[in-house]
Amino acid sequence: MAAKPKLYYFDGRGRMEPIRWLLAAAGVEFEEEFLETSKDLEKLRNDGSLMFQQVPMVEIDGMKLVQCRAILNYIAAKYNLYGKDTKERALIDMYIEGVADLNEMYLFWSISPPNEQAAKMTQMKDKIANCYLPAFEKVLKSHGQDYVVGNRLSRADIHLVELLYTVDELDPSLLANFPLLKALKTRISNLPTVKKFLQPGSPRKPPLDEKNLAKVKEIFQLK
Amino acid sequence: MSAVGAAECLSLLPCSVDYHAWDGTRAKGFQSLLTGHNQRLSYHQMSVENPGDCIMAGKPRLHYFNARGLMESIRWLLAAAGVEFEEEFIDTPEDFEKLKNDGSLIFQQVPMVEIDGMKLVQSRAILNYIAAKHNLYGKDIKERALIDMYIEGVADLNAKFRLLPVTPPDEKDAKITLIKESTTNRYLPAFEKVLKSHGQDYLVGNRLSRADIHLVELLYLVEELDPNLLANFPLLKALKARISNLPTVKKFLQPGSPRKPPVDEKILEKARKILKV
Repeated sequence: MAAKPKLYYFDGRGRMEPIRWLLAAAGVEFEEEFLETSKDLEKLRNDGSLMFQQVPMVEIDGMKLVQCRAILNYIAAKYNLYGKDTKERALIDMYIEGVADLNEMYLFWSISPPNEQAAKMTQMKDKIANCYLPAFEKVLKSHGQDYVVGNRLSRADIHLVELLYTVDELDPSLLANFPLLKALKTRISNLPTVKKFLQPGSPRKPPLDEKNLAKVKEIFQLK
Repeated sequence: MSAVGAAECLSLLPCSVDYHAWDGTRAKGFQSLLTGHNQRLSYHQMSVENPGDCIMAGKPRLHYFNARGLMESIRWLLAAAGVEFEEEFIDTPEDFEKLKNDGSLIFQQVPMVEIDGMKLVQSRAILNYIAAKHNLYGKDIKERALIDMYIEGVADLNAKFRLLPVTPPDEKDAKITLIKESTTNRYLPAFEKVLKSHGQDYLVGNRLSRADIHLVELLYLVEELDPNLLANFPLLKALKARISNLPTVKKFLQPGSPRKPPVDEKILEKARKILKV
C-alpha cells in the first residue's frame, strides 16, 4: 500500500547519504528527485513542501519530513534498527551522534575553499585517529560482540560503517590500528542489503567533485 | 508490580524499569508528569522491605560548565518533567582533565549526564532518553517524527543564538540581523503555522511533549534578543504563556532555579581558560 519513500535532494551525498544507507540497509526501495538548479529548490519552497525551506526532504508514509534526524529516527524505529528499549537507544544515540559530529566536519571540509581544506583535513584526521575510532574500537572490545549495541544489527552499525568507508576514502591508513572496526566493516558490508548498496549502479553517491561542487553552490546559493 | 522491578530496588541496582509501564493509575495529559515523580517514589516504597532501603536511581547528575551552552535544554527538559537533578560544574582546566582521564567522556566532550547507571554524552542522546523516559516524546513513531522535525528546527535556530557570544565583534551586528531574519521569516512562521493548523494547546498530539518545552525555551531566547520579534505570532505567545504556567516550568522560571543566565564576557573568559583556547 505505501508508496516507496521519495527523497528530495541534490545528486550527491551531503546530508542525504546516511538516509540512503539506512533505507538500503533496511531493504527499503526508494525513489529520488534531484534538484539540479536553485529554481528547483525555489519550486519546492513555494510548494510549501519544506517546513524550514530546507532539504533533505523525504516523502514517507504520507508525511513530508525534513531534518535528517527526524527522517533517520523514523526509518530506524519503523524498521527495528533502534534498539529494544530506551537504554539501548541511549547508547545508539550516543554513538551515532559522535558519528554525526565527524560527518559534519567532513561535510564542511568538502565545501570549503581549497586554501582552507588542508588545515580542516588535518584537524579531521586528528579527531578520527585520536578520538572517534578509538572510542568505537573500545566499545566493540568491551563486549566482544558482532554489533555495536545489543548483540544485533542496529542503525549504529550502519552509520558507523558508512563513516568507516568515508575514512577509508580519505586515508586507508587511518583504519590500520583498529582491527575490530575493520572486522565490523567487513561483516556489515557482507549483509545482503548492504552488499547490494555497495555495488555500482546503486543509489550510493560518490564524493563531491568540482563539477558537482559548483552545482551545489548554485542550488543553495553558497559563496 | 514486576518481580524484576522489586528485586532491582532491593539489590540497589540502577532501576531501568519504565515507570509508566507500572503506572496502574496513569493520569491523562501532563498531570502524570506533575505527579509522576511522586508516584515513582511511592511505588518504590511499596516495593521494598524497608522503604528507606531503595536508593535505586540517584538524581541525575549533570557535568558541564556553570553556563547555558549545550546543557541548558537538558536542564529545561528535566525541570519540566519534574525531575530534580544535581550539577557538578567544571570550573578549572583540572576539573575538565579529571573527567577526561576518568574515562567518563566517550568522546572527551561535555555535556555528560549520569543517569540510571549510565554516563551519557551527546546532548541529543541525553535529551532523547529523558523525553522517552518521562513520556514527552509522543505516543507513536509518527508523532515522534513530527516532534523530531520541530525540535531539530528549534535546535538549528538555538545554535545560532548560542554562537552569538563568540562571534567576532566586527561581525556581530550582521549576525544579529541574520538571526532576527531567520527567526521572523523562517522559524517562527513555521511553528505559528503548526499551531494554527490544529488549533490545539500543544504542538503535537494535543498533549505536552518535549516539542513544547524546547520551543518555549527558544521563545525566551528570542524575547531576550528582542521582544518585538514575537509581535506577529499570537499563537506562539499564547503557547509561551501556557507552558510557562505549568507548575514545573513556572518553578524553573523563578530565581534560584537551575536555569542559567545569558552568556556574558565573564563566563566566556572562564570557558576559554578551562578549554585552554
